[in-house]
Amino acid sequence: MTPLVPIIRRAADSVWSRVVAAVLGGYGFAVAASWFLASVLAQTAILQVGDSVHTGLLLSFAFYAAAVIRVLAVRSALRAWAELVLATAVLLGLGSLLTTPGGTV
Amino acid sequence: MSRGFRQTMVPAHTWAGLTVGWMLYFIFLTGTAGYFDTEIDRWMRPEIPFAETFPSRAEMLMRAEKRLGDVAPDAHETWIFFPDKRSPFLEVSWENADHVWHEEMLDPETGAPIRVRDTGGGQFLYQLHYRLHYLPPVLAFWLVSACAMFMLVAICTGVIVHKKIFADLFTFRPRKGQRSWLDAHNVLGVTALPFHLMITYSGLVFLMFTTMPVLINAFYGSGPEGQTRFFIDALSRPTDSPPAGVAAQTRPLTEFLSEAERRWGEGSVRYISVENAGDVNAVVEVNRSASGGLGTAETLLFHGATGERRGVVDQPAGANVLRVALLNLHEGLFADTVLRWLYFLSGLAGTAMIATGLHLWTVKRRQKNTSSGTPPAIGLSLVERLNIGTIVGLPVGIAAYFWANRLLPLEMDGRAAWEIHTMFLTWVATFAVAAWRRRDGAWLELSGLAAAAYGLLPVVNAVATDRGLIVSIARGDWVFAAFDLAAVAVGLFFLLLVRAVRRKRLQAATGRISEAAMEAPG
Repeated sequence: MTPLVPIIRRAADSVWSRVVAAVLGGYGFAVAASWFLASVLAQTAILQVGDSVHTGLLLSFAFYAAAVIRVLAVRSALRAWAELVLATAVLLGLGSLLTTPGGTV
Repeated sequence: MSRGFRQTMVPAHTWAGLTVGWMLYFIFLTGTAGYFDTEIDRWMRPEIPFAETFPSRAEMLMRAEKRLGDVAPDAHETWIFFPDKRSPFLEVSWENADHVWHEEMLDPETGAPIRVRDTGGGQFLYQLHYRLHYLPPVLAFWLVSACAMFMLVAICTGVIVHKKIFADLFTFRPRKGQRSWLDAHNVLGVTALPFHLMITYSGLVFLMFTTMPVLINAFYGSGPEGQTRFFIDALSRPTDSPPAGVAAQTRPLTEFLSEAERRWGEGSVRYISVENAGDVNAVVEVNRSASGGLGTAETLLFHGATGERRGVVDQPAGANVLRVALLNLHEGLFADTVLRWLYFLSGLAGTAMIATGLHLWTVKRRQKNTSSGTPPAIGLSLVERLNIGTIVGLPVGIAAYFWANRLLPLEMDGRAAWEIHTMFLTWVATFAVAAWRRRDGAWLELSGLAAAAYGLLPVVNAVATDRGLIVSIARGDWVFAAFDLAAVAVGLFFLLLVRAVRRKRLQAATGRISEAAMEAPG
């Protein structure tokens, strides 16, 4: 099965891989980043839960755009994926740890 | 900013723009027309008489109530919209127990219903830019949002790519081929840059509850219930009050009107609505017509049965302030005539920026092909054809929509739907022309068609209605006059395009002849 590895590696490092990273990965990052922001705002009681979520939503597209630009700027698609997955995982993990589901109704 | 970083953004800008450029052109052009949706509505319903002054709200309320009593005695929800400068008619709408909505336009002076033609009007054109057509709404919202996201990336990378953004404001070198198209693209992009950014970002915000549901569900629980709880929490949306099933006379609406007019002054009410009419839980809503600027216009809520004040919906609070401000900026409902034209022109600049960007892509590659003598790639031909069919074809389709409004039989079944089908069928036909004809020929013929379609629109209007351009100007009806004149202006624009394409063609031909003469053995 050795020939398969370079093929996968090449595919993962191709232009199309980068495009998928930008479009889908960027969306995932946007969700994670705005989730993290909302949870911090709500936990620290800077804003109420509704306003925290709302702020996260409003800024999510800026996070999205920033992620896309970063993905398109780095040297290789593999590196872009690595950065994206790491950042998304950390933000999502912290965000869900800091979130008390149920809102405040 | 490092040179390397800027360089990497060039292909990003090119491809982000090209992939969805045609959709963006569609969204920008129809959305721009939407700034005059109400005015287009009026032109497309010539049966509504021209009026500038209106009777008092109290008189009109009486007429509207009488009409509602005649046609909808058992309606459980009714709305009465008073006329204003942009919409000079009284409008009533109601929902019967079978959940079917009806609406009627009434003459403010007599209360008699105005029989208007069945049309999608300007509202349809305006809704196209986010609702699209022939597609389920949620799919349309996702598609439009995805395009807006590409646009946002194209704007950001476009700014990064720029070395001298200020100088570009004043740089235009005409008749230099690729250089001129790039200059035009830059001038259009840079001069209206704040508008482009605002309109794109606020467009995304409009649909964010659909496109970013995960965040809401994470905090408020899954499904629509979670969303509803979020809306109550974050938008301070008043809770519904369902009918109790106990009959109770709703107080006369004039009471609510006078209370609102005492608060805001006479002639300041935009609409009065009654929910659960005739029930003990009836709710009367009175809305102020003065625009709320970047906030919301005040609305008073009353208990219908007792006349007590139930609450006031006024300025948004918290993060909602930003959202409401962005939505208001996007829609520009607060804009008066001058600002409205500025919005319209900015929208056109955005549309033209997209068109020049699309065209630039082909000019660049065409030049490379010509200098190297290789035949154009399939991709280049495809983009060229799509450009013609979109950039010129869509305006032709919209013109067909207006023509259909004037020419389809008034009593036709599904008339409004056929206006729309006419628009899309015409548009498809322009794609066929773009695909089958030679490139220059297609530009020339479709631009000529567009010039004729818009240039003759005032003629069709004058023949089909009694509200032609001369009549309109004579009576000072500037909505009708401006529509006709705008159509002529668009027609002239396409005529100039025809001349430009012709001249280029001629230059190319003379170029070939002189080349041939040089090569001829002498």
